[in-house]
Parts: sequence; structure tokens; C-alpha cells
Amino acid sequence: MSHSVAQPRLRDPDARRRAGWALLALLALWPLVQIAEFRPVDLFDARNLAVMGGFLGQFFPPNLSGEFLVFVLKATIETLAMATAGTALAMLLALPLGLVLTHSLSVSRIGPGPDRSVGEAIRALARMVLLILRGIPELVWALLLVRAFGLGPAAGVLAIGLTYGGMLGKVYSEIMESGDTRPARVLLETGSGRLMAFFYGLLPGAAQELASYTIYRWECAVRASVIMGFVGAGGLGQLMDQSMKMLNGGEVSTILIVFLLLVLLADALSVFLRKLLA
Amino acid sequence: MSFELDRVGLIHDAGQAQGQRALRAVSIKVARGERLAIIGPSGAGKTTLLRILASSIRPTEGRVSVLGNNPWQLNGSKLRQLRSRIGFIHQAPPIPPRQRAITAVLAGRLGQWPWWKSALSLIYPADIAGPRDQLARLDLADRLFDRCDRLSGGQLQRVGVARVLYQAPDLLLADEPVSAMDPALADLTVSQLHQEAQSRGVTLVASLHAVDIALRWFPRVIGLKAGELVFDLPPEKVSEGVLRDLYASETGVLPSQDNQPFHLAFEGHAVDEAPAGRGQVPVAPPRVI
Repeated sequence: MSHSVAQPRLRDPDARRRAGWALLALLALWPLVQIAEFRPVDLFDARNLAVMGGFLGQFFPPNLSGEFLVFVLKATIETLAMATAGTALAMLLALPLGLVLTHSLSVSRIGPGPDRSVGEAIRALARMVLLILRGIPELVWALLLVRAFGLGPAAGVLAIGLTYGGMLGKVYSEIMESGDTRPARVLLETGSGRLMAFFYGLLPGAAQELASYTIYRWECAVRASVIMGFVGAGGLGQLMDQSMKMLNGGEVSTILIVFLLLVLLADALSVFLRKLLA
Repeated sequence: MSFELDRVGLIHDAGQAQGQRALRAVSIKVARGERLAIIGPSGAGKTTLLRILASSIRPTEGRVSVLGNNPWQLNGSKLRQLRSRIGFIHQAPPIPPRQRAITAVLAGRLGQWPWWKSALSLIYPADIAGPRDQLARLDLADRLFDRCDRLSGGQLQRVGVARVLYQAPDLLLADEPVSAMDPALADLTVSQLHQEAQSRGVTLVASLHAVDIALRWFPRVIGLKAGELVFDLPPEKVSEGVLRDLYASETGVLPSQDNQPFHLAFEGHAVDEAPAGRGQVPVAPPRVI
């Protein structure tokens, strides 16, 4: 250091820009917190705590009578069936749309080659379809479909399938885009079709992420079936709706315990699949 | 005629202010069955040139003709057909780590197989003997059912070569195909590429950073520097001065496969194992650069 003759100090040229963005993000967040009336101190206000405690107290003890458990079991099977069928339908919608959306599976972008504008137009259309599917909340889809299919699980399955199809399609293509896309691109460059470029080039690297996100969506579908229950789609949601209306806290807490167990199951399934596909 | 480039130039991100020129006015004619090496310092445009031949990038200037077609005047399905006849060995093998070697090799035929055959092959390999034979040529038959993430860099590179051999293309392009291999395996691999090209009468073009491999194996060597073609010579005409100019080498060290000093001319025994067409090489006393 003794020989430093007016050497310019080495600086990180990006530091100022990063600090600027961080500051901007905080400034943007502040008014939003205000609008949302977020005052965490209220949570610990003595009066509020008493009211919340009273509410939770109703839920105890859980109703574990044999008769009710039979109802719960039947509703659980119905909910699982609805969530699984809905997620399967969502995958069916999401896979082709997600593949269309994925830039790294685009043949016309190589070069760029012929029909590039056609490819871009199809991609834009697919993006629009996915946007509409997931832009409308599943409850609205359900209310709409109940009018066609009547009360029952069919409307719930379709509502989950449509909304989650939109979400899965978007995330599938993002997962496929964020991994190593070179294998697929190279396959396309030697004349492979896009579906096979996906299976041979992208799927081996993306299978884990695709599976765990799909399982997570299945878990969400299990929970979403509560909302579906409120529009008469059956399952745990409908049972919960009835228990709530009858102010039967013990029954509600039994159903909540079942939900926790189902989430636990989804978690275990996800871990298992990730290991299998590793 | 295998391919012809007529004053081909390429500017990356053409149309933008900071577009970078990768190639300038490159003209080459190559007949079917010729085998040529491209040498030059890194960043000279070797990979770009190969990718233009592979119809993967469209040049911004000049005219390209590959296997009798101008790729950029073809419609989608004809272009796909043309691409399936061109094999490209990449320096970093584009193979998913979780894929088995056999599947990676089979993928070489995806451009030729109907989609249902490729799909069924995901369930049970459509061909086992074929990939095994190609891997065996590269001394890798025992890794046929191993996953690629259990292979070393040099083994993976050979799986990439086996895929292209299995593809059996009409034009064989190789971008630094042996960069991760030790000298013995590099020689084996290059000899298999030559054997493939000779036995089926197809064209082989390889870019190589190791000048010694290029001079020892290829009947035609082209030098590329800063995107321009600086020479196109048979190896015996590639003199020390030409190489020094190409690499602007002040230190006197030219790139070779194991960074050992190499002999510019051929030693007696090298002529025997070198492929046909090398017999007329004048045997000069070896010069160490």
C-alpha cells in the first residue's frame, strides 16, 4: 500500500443504483401499508385478544364423535376427488398452453426462421387465454358454472380446472424457461419437433420443479374446495359451511384438523416425488 | 457440393447501435466428402461460422448454400428436414444431466423419427444396439445405461459425439469436439469422426483450438481471425509464419492439445495412422515452435 501514487479507489459501480432501487421500493411500500390499515399493534390490544380468545374457545374441544367422523370421512373423500380431478383438468389445459408459451421451444426463433410472426401471434393468443383463465377467481367461475351444472362437485371441478389451468400454464412455462434450455434448443436445431424437444431436452431438468409446483397447486385445490363448498359444491367445504352456520365450533375444528393433515400429506407427497425425480 | 459460403458476414444484434461483428466476407466452397479444420484464436468466429453452416443462425450478409439448399428460403418443414441432415457436435454437450446416456444418444434421431416412435422410446428405448455400437466406437459402451451426471467431462463429451454419429448426418460439424479429452481419447475420437466421414462419404468440418490435431488429421485447414478468413491451405503449406500471424503469438507458444510444444511437420510414424490423402506430405525434420 506504501507505493500507492494517486491510484483511483476501486468502487463497486452498481452500489448506488442498487441502493436507489431499494429506497424506491420502501417509498412505494409505505403508502400501501397505510391504505391497507395495517397496524400490527392492534393484534396485542387486550380487548381484541379477549374477543379472539373467545372465538377460538368455541372451537374447543374438537368433535370426534363416530357419527360426525363418518360425515367428515365422506366429505374428505369428496374433497380429494374434486381437488384431484380439478388439478388433472388444470394440467391438461396447462401443458399444451405452457409449451406454446415457452420461448425456448420455439422453432421459428432459431435463425430467426420462417413463420416467426405466426409463432409470435400464437404465443400471444396462448398468453391471453391463460390470463383470462387465472384472472377470474375460482369462486366466480364456480358461481357461473353452478348455473350450468347445478349444485354439486362438477361445477367445483371445472372451476378449479379452469383457474388452476391458467396458473399452472404460466408457471410451467416459467419453470421451463428458467432451467437449462440449451438441450431443447439444440434438439430443435437438428430438426426435432417441439413436443419431443420438450420431452428429451427440457423435462429431465424441469421434472422436479414441475411436479412439486403441481402438488402445491393440488394442495391449494384442497383448500379452495372450502370456498367451493360455500356455493354448494359439496365436500369438506359444504360440511364446514353447515357447521359454521350452526355455530358448532367443535365440528369446525375437526374439519380444520383434517385440512392440516391433508396439507401434511401433500407435503410428504411432494418430498417423495422430488426424491424420485432427483 | 456440400456447402458454399459467398461473402458471408454476421453482425450480432444487427440494427442496434452496439451490434458486434462476428464474421466478415467469408467465402468457402467445400465439396462432398471433404474434411476440413477451422483454427484461430478464441473469439475469431469459429463457432459462429459452424452455426451458420448448421442453419442455426441466419447471416446478415452474403449467401449460404448447404446440402444444395439456401436454408433461409425454405419453408418450415423443409428447413426442419434440412436441419435433421446436419449433425453438430457442441463443445459443451447439450445433454440434461438427469438423462441416461442411451436416451441422450437416441435423441440424435429425433429429427428423423416420427413423433410416435420418439414418444414410445421414452417408455422403452427404440434401439439399444445402435447407441451401444456408437458408444463402443468411443470406448464408452459400458456407460450405456448410466445417467449423464455420473460421467466425467470427457465422457460426456464423447456421449455428445456418439449422439451425432448415431444421427448419421450428411454434414458433420464439430465445435471443439475433443476439448475436454486427454490426448489419447482425443485422437480416438477424431479418428472415429474421420472414419465416419470417409466411410459414408460425408463432409466433416471441425473447429479446433489444438493446432497439432488440425494439422495432423485434416487435409484442409482454414484459419480464421477476427471474423475474417486469413488462409485456406493444405496442412503442409501451413507454415510457422502463417500460424504466428494467426495467433499473433509473441511468446512462441502455439495452442496444442496438452499445451506441449508440438512438431509442425510430421514425424515418420504419424503418417501411417493419419487418414488417406496425407501420403504426399513432405517429411521435413520436426521443428519445435
